[in-house]
Amino acid sequence: MLLWIAFSLMTGAAILAVLWPLRTGAGAAPEAASAAEADLAVYRDQLAEIERDRTAGLIGEGEGEAARAEVARRILRASAEVHATRAASAGNVGRRRAAALIALVGVPVLAGTLYILLGSPQLSPQPLAARLNARPEEADVAVLIRKVEEHLEANPDDGRGYEVIAPIYLRIGRTSDAVRTWSNAIRLLGSSPSRQSGLGEAMVADADGVVTAEASAAFQQALAQDPKDPKARYFLGLAAEQDGKTAEAAAYWSALAADSPVGAPWLPLVHAALARVGAAAPAPQTAQVPGPGAADVAAAEDMTPEQRSQMIRGMVERLSARLAEDGDDLEGWLRLMRAWTVLGDADKAKAAATDARGHFGKDDAALARIDALARELGLGS
Amino acid sequence: MNPEIGHYALVLALAVAILQTTIPVWGARAGDAALMRVGTALAIVLFGFISLSFATLVSAYVQSDFSVLNVVENSHSMKPLLFKITGVWGNHEGSMLLWVLVLSLFGALVALFGSNLPATLKANVLGVQGSIATAFLLFILLTSNPFIRVVPAPAEGQDLNPVLQDIGLAIHPPLLYLGYVGFSITFAFAVAALIDGRIDAAWARWVRPWALAAWAFLTVGIAMGSYWAYYELGWGGWWFWDPVENASLMPWFAGTALIHSAVVMEKRDALKVWTILLAILAFSLSLLGTFLVRSGVLTSVHAFATDPSRGVFILGILIFFIGGSLAIYALRAPTLRQGGIFAPVSREGALVLNNLLLTAAAAAVFVGTLYPLALEAYNGAKITVGPPYFNLTVGALMAPVVFAMPFGPLLAWKRGDLLGAAQRLMAAFGAAILAALAAVYVQGGGPVLAPVGMGLAVFIVIGACVDLAERAGFGRVPAATALARFRGLPRATFGAALAHAGVGICLMGIIAETSWNAERIIGAKIGQSFEVGRYELTLDRLEPRQGPNYRALVGVFSVRRGGADMGTIESSKRLFTARSMSTTESGIRTYGLSQLYVSLGDELPGGAIGVRAYWKPLVTLIWLGALIMALGGVLSLSDRRLRVGAPRPAKKPKPAAVPAE
Repeated sequence: MLLWIAFSLMTGAAILAVLWPLRTGAGAAPEAASAAEADLAVYRDQLAEIERDRTAGLIGEGEGEAARAEVARRILRASAEVHATRAASAGNVGRRRAAALIALVGVPVLAGTLYILLGSPQLSPQPLAARLNARPEEADVAVLIRKVEEHLEANPDDGRGYEVIAPIYLRIGRTSDAVRTWSNAIRLLGSSPSRQSGLGEAMVADADGVVTAEASAAFQQALAQDPKDPKARYFLGLAAEQDGKTAEAAAYWSALAADSPVGAPWLPLVHAALARVGAAAPAPQTAQVPGPGAADVAAAEDMTPEQRSQMIRGMVERLSARLAEDGDDLEGWLRLMRAWTVLGDADKAKAAATDARGHFGKDDAALARIDALARELGLGS
Repeated sequence: MNPEIGHYALVLALAVAILQTTIPVWGARAGDAALMRVGTALAIVLFGFISLSFATLVSAYVQSDFSVLNVVENSHSMKPLLFKITGVWGNHEGSMLLWVLVLSLFGALVALFGSNLPATLKANVLGVQGSIATAFLLFILLTSNPFIRVVPAPAEGQDLNPVLQDIGLAIHPPLLYLGYVGFSITFAFAVAALIDGRIDAAWARWVRPWALAAWAFLTVGIAMGSYWAYYELGWGGWWFWDPVENASLMPWFAGTALIHSAVVMEKRDALKVWTILLAILAFSLSLLGTFLVRSGVLTSVHAFATDPSRGVFILGILIFFIGGSLAIYALRAPTLRQGGIFAPVSREGALVLNNLLLTAAAAAVFVGTLYPLALEAYNGAKITVGPPYFNLTVGALMAPVVFAMPFGPLLAWKRGDLLGAAQRLMAAFGAAILAALAAVYVQGGGPVLAPVGMGLAVFIVIGACVDLAERAGFGRVPAATALARFRGLPRATFGAALAHAGVGICLMGIIAETSWNAERIIGAKIGQSFEVGRYELTLDRLEPRQGPNYRALVGVFSVRRGGADMGTIESSKRLFTARSMSTTESGIRTYGLSQLYVSLGDELPGGAIGVRAYWKPLVTLIWLGALIMALGGVLSLSDRRLRVGAPRPAKKPKPAAVPAE
């Protein structure tokens, strides 16, 4: 609102710049002389200068006389012109009104139209200092990443930090950073199925969807530790498909599909992959560029709204189950409250808030944040 | 400050500029004083809005507001404050905004101080200024908008090109723009006179100070750019005949011709039509420079913009203004009244010679710069027109200019006495010959032309002194009288002499540096000593250092001459992490007027590091000379100022400036 007031004031100033000089009565003071009169003034100055130079001895008598004669000729000519021309008219009312109208209408219309086409009035300024000092729940993803990065720069041996940021890197498309951070996490925390398959996935994304030999090795590592790891099996199937071994690929995927619980989020992806290699029918074009990003999007597009919300519900239920086992994760509780609210389940959100308060009964800071979020979400207290 | 305020101010500025283009000119055609007055208010308001817009962008940079795309692309939160600010114009969008800011500043100055101009002339001038502002504001808003926002905002910027993270960026582009855009005023005056069909006497009076100011800024701007390239690029060169450098040199030649022909016009009412053409050319060449740098048709260190849509847009602006002004010129110039007559040997004649040679030099640079581009566009052949071409053509054209330079001021107006002038320059001849002989003795073999050039340079400097002495009458009148007269000489006379001496001093530096420099390129290990010129350098140590947004490797050299300790030199290479780019920071130590220059190269196997060391005799004179030239221009300008309301007001009809000698 304040912004629009500022815009109107600025527009007003621009219009005033036209209207003010046009106001009646302003015409009386001749601001500038007519052309011939101005010429005369210049020539008189020149005469004075010649005179001064002559008295100072800078030019000789004869030179001075010649110069005077020349300037005098110019003066005669200019005087004749002064009589011939009359000074500019004070202006007529019709023209003034037309000019005023052009300014009154033209300025707001032109500036307004262009600004609406080009500007972003809905965006507020975002100085970096303010963003860095914002409370964690208000901070944007970029700033959070930056904070983790700064933390990792100061504590380069914090394996947990790498593990947290690696999937975020992958999601925002910084694939080489994702590969680097997964590798660091494995180096510092040791190998685990999820880390190995995370590393493999990042490598695939970094290679634009090609399952490279290194990526395959990572997935094999994951399988060695957990033969059921779904991500590793999916991507190893993809590797086989890219090598032209469709039978092997189909074997990986059918086994994966058979093992998966109903409603597992990766199932649609696996089914699509199976359809691609299983049937003799020509594969859809998008299948030619397999990649987690493209495949995920395709899978999500294929889902009905019910399936989609079911998938999200599944994720939220898992979070809830995890918190029930280990309730020390404040951020997790806050996320859960938010998630249930977004899904429209206010009762569960309230229950989550109550459970969270139970867990953090002695931690005032945590309680304050829980209460603040509850108020924000309209859960009462 | 909200970036959107700046964005809206810019859009509003466009609307104001369109009004400024139309209403005053309409008023001038209709003879309506009220409408003409509107131009004055609009020009001031235009400056206000563009300043607001620029200030908003600066504030976005200072606060690292990464929701503005331009800030993301060219800034970094860890950058020192100075480079955050200079980063505003260290990129295409911001530098164009600076360009229109300077343009509107000059427009506002005409509006504020132009009350003694004839009303129609002032209205037309402001109208032409408005049209230039309109074109460039459209260009900025449609193709190079610095206020584009990003959602979501990144948490860190991509940093400014490290080569530009230097104090040079704070100085060089603003000065260069003050010069380039300063010529827009003389251009506006020229086109206004053509539109009106008459050249007022006030015309020359206004054009000369503006041309002088623009010229002085351009001179310093070019010199600073040259010094910046000298210490930042690490090759020890100070002029590369790079197309972007040429782009600034062409308007300089045209502008130099303009300030001289404007004198003739002011004093003698002659060369009017020619002066108008030069005014058009000077600004056209400035626009061409902008086009070459901004369109990306060139690939050089300066061309940080490569976007064809921008190129086509600027080309359109170029065609409109240059083509349009030349068309009006062709139509109207024959109807303008020609002024006074003069003999070939006269002050006017000398200035005409100067003009012809300077424009020829501008043309030579123009051909050398654009011919390769035209050829490439025509049949795809890539050729390079190198320094030999430019040195030969520009050198051949400038030699007679500098030789004739001391003669010009000694010739009388209208008809002069060449023999008399030559006699009065005998002292300067003598000094020149002595200087040449001394140069032969010192160099003991070496380029034959070097002593000749040194003699010429001394001739110019002494010639400028002779001019002053002659005017004061030393030797002809009693010394006390001469001294009094000397003090009474107009500042413009001192300014001209100073500027001419500056040319000579610059020439000395150029000749000394190119003829007598010493170069040494070696791979040095720590503790190793080597000689360059008469100096002995020792690489004492190599040490890593951490800057705010870079890591540096610093080589510390100790300098000895004939066993005596001459201090140390630090030369470094900086690696900027955000862009993974490195820069060289040459180590330079000045001894008198000469410099020792050391830059670090790559690390070599076996612990050695590449070192380039140069001994550059009298090299600082190149830039000092340019500064002295500009100082002469400023002195000449101050003359005009101070004589407004000067002594003996009773004799004057109104306090107004007096054309200077």
